[in-house]
Amino acid sequence: MATSVLRLGIPGRRWALAWIDGGSRHRSGTQPGPTSNRARGQSSVTQLSLRTAQKPRKGEHKWAAVVGLEIHAQICSNSKLFSGAQVCFAAPPNSLVSFFDASLPGTLPVLNRRCVEAAVMTGLALNCHINRKSLFDRKHYFYADLPAGYQITQQRLPIATNGHLTYSIYIRKKQSQVTTKTVRIKQIQLEQDSGKSLHDDLRSQTLIDLNRAEGQLRVDANISVHHPGEPLGVRTEVKNLNSLRFLAKAIDYEIQRQITELENGGEVLNETRSFDYKLGCTVPMRDKEGKQDYRFMPEPNLPPLVLYDATSLPSDADSQQVINIDQLRDTLPELPSATRERLVQQYGMLPEHSFALLNEVGLLEFFQNVIKETRAEPKKVTNWVLNTFLYYLKQQNLAVSESPVTAGALAELLDLLDSKAVSSAAAKQVFEELWKGQGKTAAQIVSEQQLGLMQDREALEQLCQATIDGHPQTVMDVKKRNPKAINKLIGLVRKASLSRADPTLIKEILEKKLSL
Amino acid sequence: MLGRTLREVSAALKQGQVTPTELCKKCLSLIKKTKYLNAYITVSEEVALKQAEESERRYKQGQSLGDLDGIPVAVKDNFSTAGIETTCASNMLKGYIPPYNATVVQKLLDQGALLMGKTNLDEFAMGSGSTDGVFGPVKNPWSYSKQHRERRRHDEHDDSHWLIAGGSSGGSAASVAAFTCFAALGSDTGGSTRNPAAHCGLVGFKPSYGLVSRHGLIPLVNSMDVPGIFTRCVDDTAIVLGILAGHDPKDSTTVQDPIKLSRIPSEVDVSGLCIGIPKEYLVPELSSEIRSLWSQAADLFESEGAKVIEVSLPHTSYSIVCYHVLCTSEVASNMARFDGLQYGHRSGIDVSTEAMYAATRQEGFNDVVRERILSGNFFLLKENYENYFVKAQKVRRLILRDFVNVFDSGVDVLLTPTTLTEAVPYLEFIKEDNRTRSAQDDIFTQAVNMAGLPAVSVPVALSNQGLPIGLQLIGRAFCDQQLLTVAKWFEKQVQFPVIQLQDLMDDGSLILENGKLTSVSLTQ
Repeated sequence: MATSVLRLGIPGRRWALAWIDGGSRHRSGTQPGPTSNRARGQSSVTQLSLRTAQKPRKGEHKWAAVVGLEIHAQICSNSKLFSGAQVCFAAPPNSLVSFFDASLPGTLPVLNRRCVEAAVMTGLALNCHINRKSLFDRKHYFYADLPAGYQITQQRLPIATNGHLTYSIYIRKKQSQVTTKTVRIKQIQLEQDSGKSLHDDLRSQTLIDLNRAEGQLRVDANISVHHPGEPLGVRTEVKNLNSLRFLAKAIDYEIQRQITELENGGEVLNETRSFDYKLGCTVPMRDKEGKQDYRFMPEPNLPPLVLYDATSLPSDADSQQVINIDQLRDTLPELPSATRERLVQQYGMLPEHSFALLNEVGLLEFFQNVIKETRAEPKKVTNWVLNTFLYYLKQQNLAVSESPVTAGALAELLDLLDSKAVSSAAAKQVFEELWKGQGKTAAQIVSEQQLGLMQDREALEQLCQATIDGHPQTVMDVKKRNPKAINKLIGLVRKASLSRADPTLIKEILEKKLSL
Repeated sequence: MLGRTLREVSAALKQGQVTPTELCKKCLSLIKKTKYLNAYITVSEEVALKQAEESERRYKQGQSLGDLDGIPVAVKDNFSTAGIETTCASNMLKGYIPPYNATVVQKLLDQGALLMGKTNLDEFAMGSGSTDGVFGPVKNPWSYSKQHRERRRHDEHDDSHWLIAGGSSGGSAASVAAFTCFAALGSDTGGSTRNPAAHCGLVGFKPSYGLVSRHGLIPLVNSMDVPGIFTRCVDDTAIVLGILAGHDPKDSTTVQDPIKLSRIPSEVDVSGLCIGIPKEYLVPELSSEIRSLWSQAADLFESEGAKVIEVSLPHTSYSIVCYHVLCTSEVASNMARFDGLQYGHRSGIDVSTEAMYAATRQEGFNDVVRERILSGNFFLLKENYENYFVKAQKVRRLILRDFVNVFDSGVDVLLTPTTLTEAVPYLEFIKEDNRTRSAQDDIFTQAVNMAGLPAVSVPVALSNQGLPIGLQLIGRAFCDQQLLTVAKWFEKQVQFPVIQLQDLMDDGSLILENGKLTSVSLTQ
């Protein structure tokens, strides 16, 4: 779940985009807005909202959009929130269903400790207040993939409330400029996932998969627009957005649609909409029953969830039966903002490079492994990881874990570069060879393809002399103190050496020979 | 042999006076003979005989599993039983065969008990007469007893005057009262074990909420349901409770702390006890016979040196209406899963999923269940929730506090009636609707469920009509052992007579075994 929640920062980035895209109409300065958050158990839900104040052009109406997100993120656990049945992505339908999951009469929910811990850790990471006591509720509605006729959730008193997340975003076009924003988190709640309906239009039947927890991240966006200083507008809810790209598009579209509607004298209806990703627009969902009354009721089969901290923990408590918030806080991994700060401090890295390293799953670990094994400067490692390595990954659309080049292999290559055994250009060639994944080491490739830097000074001197002899005009230019001419000569020598010569050394020899 | 108590027959099995198979066959034969009582929905003859065979093998090898090994028991048909149809006496679950055993059922089986069958009830345990199930009403065995037949009015001598068994666990009560088994499980949400126990002359025990697992019990009201125990004496209840009690990882509302339960001593001294008599339980509708017995029982405790005082439970009069709101709300929620999709009844109407849901639930549930669902959903509506559900929860807290205050003031056990009257004839009972009946019949019992306390109905004496009357003892939460200890003393004093059903018994062994025929201490 942590991974999913960390992505919460990204909706902020789209705001920077929206704001610049909206240059013609709804330009905005982004402001932190009211935020809510629900963490979902089998999957967890987070809700946050962003408010943008629009800066109008002369003579234009001022519009502000308010966006609240309900983010359903699946908890990374071995078994389900309320049953011992396993959680496994892409398992055959209904293969991981306990009697409770099938809502057989007489079965009772048993809360999964791991899910509670994950929710507490998420709450801590998002600077929430962790409620020492939280409650479970039943939310009722009839649907084929909800076999109990209700969903167990935390409506009244959720596990965590009132948090915030500070995040940084690039300002478009000036990639080097990073600005910091904050969103508020209203609440994090543990919630049972419903099943999955599979509609077979051919046979006009619906099949139900009760394995659940298929979507790892799902967002509902609540959107309204209003004039700053006036009451909030009527909101619409765009349901079931399962990619960040579509989330951004849906919100952009919906804001624009609402503004247009209102400016044309129309009204915004309080309705649920879905996003048609092919047409790029939102459309009203068919809501047959009209307004739902979920008839919330306390879940009587689960006692209040009580959490302890170091001071409230009873001395005779069985550690298997209690959850200690302070102990969980100690096990929290370094949070991304802290990691970025550390990277900048420790390696003198540019802030944007620290972002780049954290934006790709596994890239930071890869970077740190290279650093551990190489003598090369951190700056050099950063450049190689972010420019060369990441470029190759992106080109082939691979994850870091799928890379044919290991951290150890890159470290070895960078060592060769550092010891001047290869030139920088040759190193790139070696990298390309390594990427082919033929099991050869950097050193093997260098020796087989004779990419090693020329260590024989005499041979290099001969090569320099031959170049001088072959290019009298350039030599003349050099002597006329044309500053570009010496670089041309150096380039010619390197070319003749098949990129195996060290440019500094070439320059030194040339200068000596030409008595500069 | 069948007239013996569980403990006695257990001793007989151990001594080889009878084998589990003989015992099982005798019970099965009696079940057939008493079929007209309608106590059983399903008789699991094959299962029971197989279990008896296994038990017999264990006895032969000297590896008996304990007091329950080879003992015939019955289970109310709202407890899930693996491989055995579990209907809740509803069309909705006809044909539903659970793939698992309720924890309490499993515990009985693990001890070697023989499961004779699943007993009749009001549909989904909603009722107080065991008259509103889809398989028809349960008849009270006392309708056919010598004691009642001799005393009842002459104009009632045709068969249509049979009496209700009480409910909703009437089938379990009748099964034990008619000697077809030695103990039975009921469930108790508002009195569903204690009420039929009182009407059938049995010990009916409702444990503290959280002491016994509800896993596998098809719920009526999760926050009040507990498995209940029917036996013919208090000692037997203690044996069964000792097996059933304890934390269940599958039921998060069972308590973690081990509760000490041991065999009740044979000599009990009540002189140090304080017995509370709640004045609010003295209501005009209480029959004069029961009122008089209640008073005599109080005198009995006093005469043995116990302190008997009048106490007040001031919120008692709000209890029934509060119970109604909370009960129907949970019912509305619990019944939501019966939609015809996965198990149980499914209507043939398939124009749309919604139409199928509606028709399934219309066809599957009786009027009582549907009325409670409707009320409950009304109370849970957003606009009503605060005014009904939340208020009822607050009243529930006040009712609990009433009990806590009384116990904190030094009272050990409360003594009350269990029912307003003795069992009434079916034809009279059905003159009132289920809701009215439940409100009347639960009057002394449901507050205990709201407070989660242990309570036991002990048969005390026969009425002028020759019908059993029970009194209720209520204990502090998780003081179940103390409560049963007091109950045992009380039971010993009153010497409740054994039901005389000799017409049923070919060998007449019943009355010979345990033949104290008249009550001793308490008489009309």
